[in-house]
Amino acid sequence: MRYAMTMDIKKCVGCSDCVVACQTENNVPIGFCRDWIVENVDGTYPNLELEIRSERCNHCDDTPCVRTCPTGASHVIEGGIVKVTPIECIGCGACIQACPYDARYFHPDGYVDKCTFCDHRVTKGQDTACVSVCPTKSLAFGDLDDPNSPVSILLRERKWKVNAPEAGTKPQVYFLT
Amino acid sequence: MKEELFISGRDIPFIDPVLNVWHWQIPLYLFVGGLAAGLIFFASYFYLKGKEKEYPMAIKIAPLLAPIVIVLGLIALILDLRHPAYFWQLYTTIRLDSPMSWGAWTLGAIMPLSILWPLSYIQDIKNYFGDWTFKMPYKLLVWFIKMIDRYWIIKWVYELSIKFRKPIAITNLILAIILGVYTGILLSAFNARPLWNTSILGPLFLVSGLSTGAATIMWMAKDHHEKIAFSKIDLLLIAVEIFFIVHMFMGFLASSEVQQEAAALFLGGEFTAVFWGFFVTIGLVFPAILEIMELNGFKIPISIPAFFILFGGALFRFIMVDAGQITRFLY
Ligand code: SF4
Ligand code: SF4
Repeated sequence: MRYAMTMDIKKCVGCSDCVVACQTENNVPIGFCRDWIVENVDGTYPNLELEIRSERCNHCDDTPCVRTCPTGASHVIEGGIVKVTPIECIGCGACIQACPYDARYFHPDGYVDKCTFCDHRVTKGQDTACVSVCPTKSLAFGDLDDPNSPVSILLRERKWKVNAPEAGTKPQVYFLT
Repeated sequence: MKEELFISGRDIPFIDPVLNVWHWQIPLYLFVGGLAAGLIFFASYFYLKGKEKEYPMAIKIAPLLAPIVIVLGLIALILDLRHPAYFWQLYTTIRLDSPMSWGAWTLGAIMPLSILWPLSYIQDIKNYFGDWTFKMPYKLLVWFIKMIDRYWIIKWVYELSIKFRKPIAITNLILAIILGVYTGILLSAFNARPLWNTSILGPLFLVSGLSTGAATIMWMAKDHHEKIAFSKIDLLLIAVEIFFIVHMFMGFLASSEVQQEAAALFLGGEFTAVFWGFFVTIGLVFPAILEIMELNGFKIPISIPAFFILFGGALFRFIMVDAGQITRFLY
């Protein structure tokens, strides 16, 4: 099993519903977020191209954040989901430095927090909070090992890219272009 | 051209707009780690070469500073943690992939050994402090030596430390090199921060640490011969350090865009003045010139170059930690 997410750049309108849904579902402290919206502009006037992306932890296949953790608080669970065990985390910040996507932050209670791919929902067969609320259906979630899962189908049929592949982390959030 | 217009929904403390997770604690920790590595390295190395008579300060007295600065470093490290009460969890696992874990274990191993070493020279250290006008440390040591005689357990450790000086020196020599290199590897292991992600950082931090150690010894040394010897060693180390720095930038400029941008911070960017003006000029070249003048017979108080080398060594680590957190992958 290998969970992954796809994010359709062509459909996203940047409404931030996914951000709010995550904050509510996961009790994210006020002022923090586990997913966020980026607006990128490419090119020079008048040939501009706007790109809106909803980003989060990429649940990388090759995880620098887990490797660098001195206590083992950062770890990978079934399906490739990268998680942090709060009571094992000493808050050294090494994993925050190690993530090329700035996906991790210090929870005010002293441990590191990040996107969990809503493991408490997806193990029950539900979608993640962000996927389930996206009004334009630009987000999709599923198992890459299952050829009929929504993500497998989309990755077969569409062109896609990932963020900063040169960082070598093999990110598992795919952006459909 | 690619430009991130704005980010909505993100303003996380210490991470946006630029990463600033590590403040003064980590650079201080790296600095004292390097300094301790330098002090312990020279003590063990010259002891093993049988130079006890020639370099008494380096072998017998200066290593007393090592455990003190290591404790300082550990305090800084703990202050850096957001969950300081969970500190002990560093010592419940060994994670070979994690430089943080390596460092914690190396420090854990070198700490007791760095206490045993000066303990074996406690009589010499007492005599050294006997000359001070400030009598506090001397009295403390006299009291401590009395304790050695009174409690068999301390006496036993004391006698062991003298008996096993040689194996301790060999272990210390190896641990000191690991500690010195580690202070650089802690940063260079982060692929996500292009400025740090260069393997030359390990040797560079080691050399810089050794140089701060040599500077401390030459500052403390009373004997002219020892002073001269260590200022020569220091000069050599400074030369190697400058050579490594030039190589680091050559490597960056020949590398990918993110590393070129990291180098640009120092070649015209916001860290240019502090790096070349304060660290390279005042912290390396200026003390090197003073040392050369000194070796050629000019009378220069050795404390001046020694101070600037220590200042430069500390500043270097502050700059690297600060600047490294600004550099990142662009996408
Ligand atoms: S995106 Fe960052 S936090 Fe998430 S798995 Fe990759 S490196 Fe780790
Ligand atoms: S902050 Fe916590 S999860 Fe991150 S590396 Fe340190 S101990 Fe591990």
